[in-house]
This record gives sequence, C-alpha cells and structure tokens, in this order.
Amino acid sequence: MSLSVDEVKKIAHLARIEISEAEALATRQQLNDIFALIGQMQAVNTEGIEPMSHAQDLMLRLRDDVVTEQDQHALFQSIAPQVEGGLYLVPRVIE
Amino acid sequence: MFNSSLKELTAALAARKISSVELTGLFLDRVEKRNGDLNAFITVDRERSLMQARAADSLIASGKAQPLTGIPVAHKDIFCAQGWLTTCGSKMLSNFVSPYDAHVISRFNDAGAVILGKTNMDEFAMGSSNETSFYGPVKNPWDRTRVPGGSSGGSAAAVAARMAPVATATDTGGSIRQPAALTGLTGLKPTYGLVSRYGMIAFASSLDQGGVLSRSAEDAAAVLNVMAGFDARDSTSIERPAEDYARDLDAPLAGLRIGVVKEHFGDGLAAGVGAAVQAALEQFRKLGATLIDISTPNSGLAVPAYYVIAPAEASSNLSRFDGVRYGYRAPEYRDLADLYSKTRAQGFGAEVKRRILIGAYVLSHGYYDAYYLKAQKIRRLIANDFAQAFTQCDVVVGPTSPTVAFPLGAKASDPVQMYLNDIYTIPANLAGLPGMSVPCGFADDGNGGSLPVGLHMVGNYFAEAKMLNVAHQYQRATDWHLRKPEGI
Repeated sequence: MSLSVDEVKKIAHLARIEISEAEALATRQQLNDIFALIGQMQAVNTEGIEPMSHAQDLMLRLRDDVVTEQDQHALFQSIAPQVEGGLYLVPRVIE
Repeated sequence: MFNSSLKELTAALAARKISSVELTGLFLDRVEKRNGDLNAFITVDRERSLMQARAADSLIASGKAQPLTGIPVAHKDIFCAQGWLTTCGSKMLSNFVSPYDAHVISRFNDAGAVILGKTNMDEFAMGSSNETSFYGPVKNPWDRTRVPGGSSGGSAAAVAARMAPVATATDTGGSIRQPAALTGLTGLKPTYGLVSRYGMIAFASSLDQGGVLSRSAEDAAAVLNVMAGFDARDSTSIERPAEDYARDLDAPLAGLRIGVVKEHFGDGLAAGVGAAVQAALEQFRKLGATLIDISTPNSGLAVPAYYVIAPAEASSNLSRFDGVRYGYRAPEYRDLADLYSKTRAQGFGAEVKRRILIGAYVLSHGYYDAYYLKAQKIRRLIANDFAQAFTQCDVVVGPTSPTVAFPLGAKASDPVQMYLNDIYTIPANLAGLPGMSVPCGFADDGNGGSLPVGLHMVGNYFAEAKMLNVAHQYQRATDWHLRKPEGI
C-alpha cells in the first residue's frame, strides 16, 4: 500500500494535528516506510487465532457505589490555560 | 558513597555514618556538576529534595526507617509527582506542575525515599535513543558522542554516571532494557500489572509497565519491593499477595534451565554483541545451568505488530492533550477546532505526531481488520511461543539490543531503523512477561573503543524473584556490572 498526500492530510485532520503541505509530503514518505514494515504481518496466516487485546485475562473490578473522590476542582483548574468561575474557557462554539 | 549498593547506603544511614540530607546533598552536587554535559535531568529542585531528606532523617532518628528511607531516587519524568514539573519530555507538558502523585511516587514517599529529580526521556516515551525529547538528547556517559538508548535514557545516564544511586523508568517496547544494555546497567521490566500505571503518563496502556534502572540485581530487588503492589486506581493492576523479590537472590543456579532463543542470534546482530552473550551463556553453564535451544518462530513479527498496537493505543491516549484543561495551548487560534489542531501541531514533536497518525490510520474505518485485528492475532502467536518455551525452560535469554550504543544522530532521520533497535525486547511487552537486561561484557564500537553489552532475560509471569536470582548469581560470578565509564 501507499498513502497519498491527501490521505496523510485526512489522517492529520482526524487526529486534529495541523499539517502544512511540505510536512504532509515529508510525512508521507516516512509513513509509507513504516507501513512497509507493518506489512510484514501479512506473511503469516492468522486464521482462527483468537485476537489478544491484553496480557492478562482480567475481569473488570466492581466497587461499592459510593462517593470516594474529593472535590479538587480549584487545584486542578489552577494549572489550566484559561478558567473563569470554575469553568474551562474555550472559543465560542455555539453562536 | 557514589558506588555503594543500596544495602550499603541503608546501613550507613542506619549507623548514622551519614544523614539523608548529606547523602542527598552529595548526589545533588554531582548532578549540578555533570548534568550540563549529559542532560540526564529535566528538573532538579534542591530545596524540595532536602525537605524530604530532613523528614527521612527524622524517621531514621525515631527508629521508623523502612527499606529505602533516606535514599535519593531519580524518577523518569513520566511519573506525576505533586508540586514537580512533570513534562514527559514534551513541549505539550512543559508547563505541567502535577497536582497529584503517581502510585509509584506515593509508594516511594511512603517508604521515606527522597525524590532526587526528574529525568529526561524520549517525548511521551516514544523513542529508542532519547533524541526525541523536547529537552534535547541525553549523552551516554560511556561515550558522549553516542546515545544512551531510550526512552528511559535520562534515568540510565543518571545511574551510569553515578548521579543517582537508582532510578525509576518505564518500558513499553524495551525502554528500560535497551538503555540498561547501552549504559552497562541492570534494568528490570516487571510482569504487566505488577506496578501501577496510575499517574504514569500513558503511551500504550496494554504494554506500558514501570520498573527499575539500577547498578545490580540486588538493588533492583530492593526497589521493586517498594514499587510493586496492587492499586485499585489502575484497572489492570493485579491483586496478589505482597512478595519479597529479594528472597531467592542467594539460591544456587544448579539445575536452572536456560532457553536460548535461536532466532535472536541471526542477521542484524553485531558480532561483538553475540560473542559477549555467548560468553555469558558459558558462565551460566559453569554456574550449573543447562542450556536448551528454543525457538520463538513468530518473534520476527513482533516489531510490525507492535507498530500497529502501540500507535493505535497512543493515538487514543494522546487525544487528551487538547490545550483545554492543562498543558500547552497555542497562543493564537480562530475557533475551537483550530485551537485543538494548532495546540497539537505545536505541542507534539515529529515522532509523536508520526505515531498518532499511524494509530489514527490503523483504527480508521475499513482498515481495522487488516491492521489492528491482525496485529492482535500475531500478539497471541507471540505469547503462545513463550508459553511453549516455558514448558522447556525457566528463563529465556538472548541479546538485549542488536548493537552497542550508536552515535547521536545516526538513526534519527530513519524511523524504521530506529524501531528495529527493539527487535529483541518487544516480544516480552506484547506477551506481558517480565524482562531484564544485565551487563555481560563489552563489544567493539566500530571506532576503536568498546561499549557495554546487555544480556536479555525473559521469565514467566510473576517470575521476578527467579530472574533476580539468576541475575544476582551471575553478578556474583562476574564484575561487568561494577565497571564504570572513564572519568566517573
């Protein structure tokens, strides 16, 4: 497979990373090299193999339905780029 | 003091030959003297460290010392520590002073250990040379024109240059073991789930595991005793009874069955590295171990599968860096979408962006089965190879890295060449098995010098005590781990 520059730009948009024309061109070559490496996977037949998503077969733990977290919003917001009245500020979304 | 084991330092503290304040001060002076050259630390905060040292001295004075009380420990800058700048080697977090402690940091704090500083690393732990850090490359103390390995290059250089007695690190594809090999250290990546990932900034959550870079297996055991433990805040933390990882250190190796992976001695392995590993195998035979040839036929597929799984998980994990709640925000933007994409374009470095793009692609509509599902099936085959091997042997060994430390810049512009550094270490991450690297000699650096070589060892799930035993017995019979760089 080989990615086009437009495909690179589309992936960058999906990943919300601004990319210039020049960067897209340079990135395209590197991604194609990497996908050539990844393509080696196709050499092995994996029919009937159970996919492994995780190293351990764990069951998700359950806990009692009680409040355990303390309110730390002032502490957490002290490192935010922009806050006002306990809210994180972003550019206007709804006109 | 700088070459003392943790046991010796603990004894000196207990006997009041030295205080934690004095010990911490000595190491901080060293960092001040040597860091300009090596760039191993991103953040040092003398007052904050000495405050902890004073508290440790009170604990010792009141007879409440535990193992590691008063010992300065360097932490990879991936572990959140309250009040400390925690950057993960990225511009994205270059202003992030953590409001909370990682579980690992709490464990060290509870033990009365001292935070010596935060060490440099590849950005978001993505790299094998420590050259992707926003804070610049780390130099290898054995040869300052060469890389220390990565991503835990700062932790490795700090311990190898005797700027810290021991350091924490993390390993997603080899990031503890490969730097250990390249800097002559002992590196331990525990079984997946043994060390909590809470507060350890996520790269690939099904592979990431915290561990240790130390000068000996004995020191690694003492540190793992503090680091490991169940934590309900990490959904993959394993709940099992506490164990003493040092309990088997002194057991003889007679009867030990060592599996030698034949696939790991083929093309691409530097001759000098292969020779050092073969000599180590001979040493194990002398110590009473039996060598068994084993095969892990799918290990050649580990790197391709890893470069699907790890970027896929990374693209999801790193979506949280959006410039809204913490970290870097682009100074100028038109609207919310522009805020996101400019913040991420400016905040992430080239390698991180590459991996996010790979991950976004392999998870996108229409490609999932061909890439992600395929990689997960190969992951199963690799785990099965190991399961088969462990019916025949107790540990599996081979080289940690195909070459000794390579020159700075040598592979920086060729991602695929860089990725192949981790060809021997990645399988253990995919399977979730514990892995170690132990210094086993030196090999020609191609330039008239010689540099450290690491012996790689993989054990079965939860076999850390056995692996530390094997490494410790080897270190009792050899002195490779005691060698240090010239001028250090």
